[in-house]
Amino acid sequence: MERDVFDMAELYELTVHELSELLKSRKLGVVELTQAFLKRIDGIDSKVGSYITVSGDEVLKKAGDVQAKIDRKEAMPPLAGIPMAVKDNMCTEGIPTTCASKMLHNFIPPYNATVINKLYAQDSVLLGKLNMDEFAMGGSTENSYFKQTKNPWDVERVPGGSSGGSAASVACGEAAFALGSDTGGSIRQPASFCGVVGMKPTYGAVSRFGLVAFASSLDQIGPLTRDVTDCALVLNAITGHDPMDSTSADVEHPDYTKALVNDIKGLKIGIPSEYISEGINAEVKKVILEAVETLQKLGAYCEEFSFPINEYAIPAYYLISSAEASSNLARYDGIKYGYRAEKFTDLLDLYKQTRSEGFGVEVKRRIMLGTYALSSGYYDAYYKKALQVRTLIRRGFDQAFGKYDFVIGPTAPTTAYKIGEKIDDPLAMYLGDIYTVSANIAGLPGLVIPCGFDSNNLPVGLQLIGKPFDESILLRAAYTFEQNTAFHKLRPEI
Amino acid sequence: MKVTRETIEHVANLARLNISEQEKEKITLEMENIINYMDKLNELDTTGIKAMEHVIPMKNVLREDKVEKSFDREKILANAPLHDNGFFKVPKVVE
Repeated sequence: MERDVFDMAELYELTVHELSELLKSRKLGVVELTQAFLKRIDGIDSKVGSYITVSGDEVLKKAGDVQAKIDRKEAMPPLAGIPMAVKDNMCTEGIPTTCASKMLHNFIPPYNATVINKLYAQDSVLLGKLNMDEFAMGGSTENSYFKQTKNPWDVERVPGGSSGGSAASVACGEAAFALGSDTGGSIRQPASFCGVVGMKPTYGAVSRFGLVAFASSLDQIGPLTRDVTDCALVLNAITGHDPMDSTSADVEHPDYTKALVNDIKGLKIGIPSEYISEGINAEVKKVILEAVETLQKLGAYCEEFSFPINEYAIPAYYLISSAEASSNLARYDGIKYGYRAEKFTDLLDLYKQTRSEGFGVEVKRRIMLGTYALSSGYYDAYYKKALQVRTLIRRGFDQAFGKYDFVIGPTAPTTAYKIGEKIDDPLAMYLGDIYTVSANIAGLPGLVIPCGFDSNNLPVGLQLIGKPFDESILLRAAYTFEQNTAFHKLRPEI
Repeated sequence: MKVTRETIEHVANLARLNISEQEKEKITLEMENIINYMDKLNELDTTGIKAMEHVIPMKNVLREDKVEKSFDREKILANAPLHDNGFFKVPKVVE
């Protein structure tokens, strides 16, 4: 097959839309493409550690089936033949789904998550399941039972979390795109740390059926991709009402690729003063403000506004998410599936031994916090209070959206830190979520795009937060930024 | 708010978790630190503010009371730590 420009070594560096063109024009075959990614994983994953499970030969058979469809000139969905991977908290039938926990180390789901079925319906090829913080609790992927994923830009540093494997794999060409999940920033922060595009859609935009639940009112699945066009393509594939998820929104989603317009003239953007004052690393602040200036040069109007309620976002988030987690993780009892302790005296002891042995330290910490917040005597002071603060946070955003088309700012107060640096101080780790949690609390869409580097050549991500179901405006602004810069084209040397 | 050893033991029991004697002191301090930080929320006056449990205003999402296909017993038992003759095997519950 004549291809002239691209060769095997560079296939894994291309975007989804570039690969789709090559597959459609028959310059590239699905089997060859899948093999290129498998070779890349084989060559580099011992260094990066993105994957918990890599698909076996069955994936090449699937690739062959997809190629046969293309050969028969059947209609090709936008993601057809594209090799991808998903975070290991999304159920894949017949393929282990561990949530990076001892508790589910041997769990093989008998069904697919809705998003998996949607990707299969587009004939995407599943390369494997990606590493994460255990049960999605963490911001560095240091809480995985299996391994530590490394940041491809500097392997002594964290990739972020909890979708660390998802971000790292896309950053270093181990998958053309990935799915992650975001409860308090778990797609956006690793996207920022690894220099890729990451989106948390509006709550309810993507079905949670088959996503192992952490905090049911906060969790959302979303794409991690190389550029904004790819993000729109994946978003098109995964959004939509699902009768199997009673919290999925019964709305019509637009074609998100129609938002990919290089024009932001007249858009009004707000940047919370609190996001760029205390606590943010000076170099990160500089890069973010330069990115905002770029948007202004491209015709958008940007101003600072006061957002004092943000100071309360972290305590509200950790109370709500831990309370919901303590409830959701009550199902892990060693009875019907998953880990069961070997030594126990009676039923109560079976539960306690199983859960104490099966869960890691951070998970137990959050279950304890959540149980405390919900227990009799404390419920009003903690959980109910947090839910009232949630209303205030949502109001703060609604007020801002009365003036601005979207809100902008940093994704994290720092770039990727060294492995081991924060793991002993849970509260310090939690404070890293200061810019991301409020979007989950308010149910708003958040998009992160690479916008520069610090003096250690570590990526910085720009975060855009929008009105409910207004992903289109975020994509439009991000696309415009991308068309006028080159940060998204840079790759780590690994 | 002060978090005592007794609080930790009570919460651990509710959460069906074992905390070893060595771990108890560390966890008590950790929890107290975190809870004290959470007390920050008391700075806000939330009188009359509704508690928002869900961000989308939805009520009673129902479906038709129709029997749909479930899973085969084999599939359901496939992940069981212990099973016997079509049942999950568990320790004695009733004395």
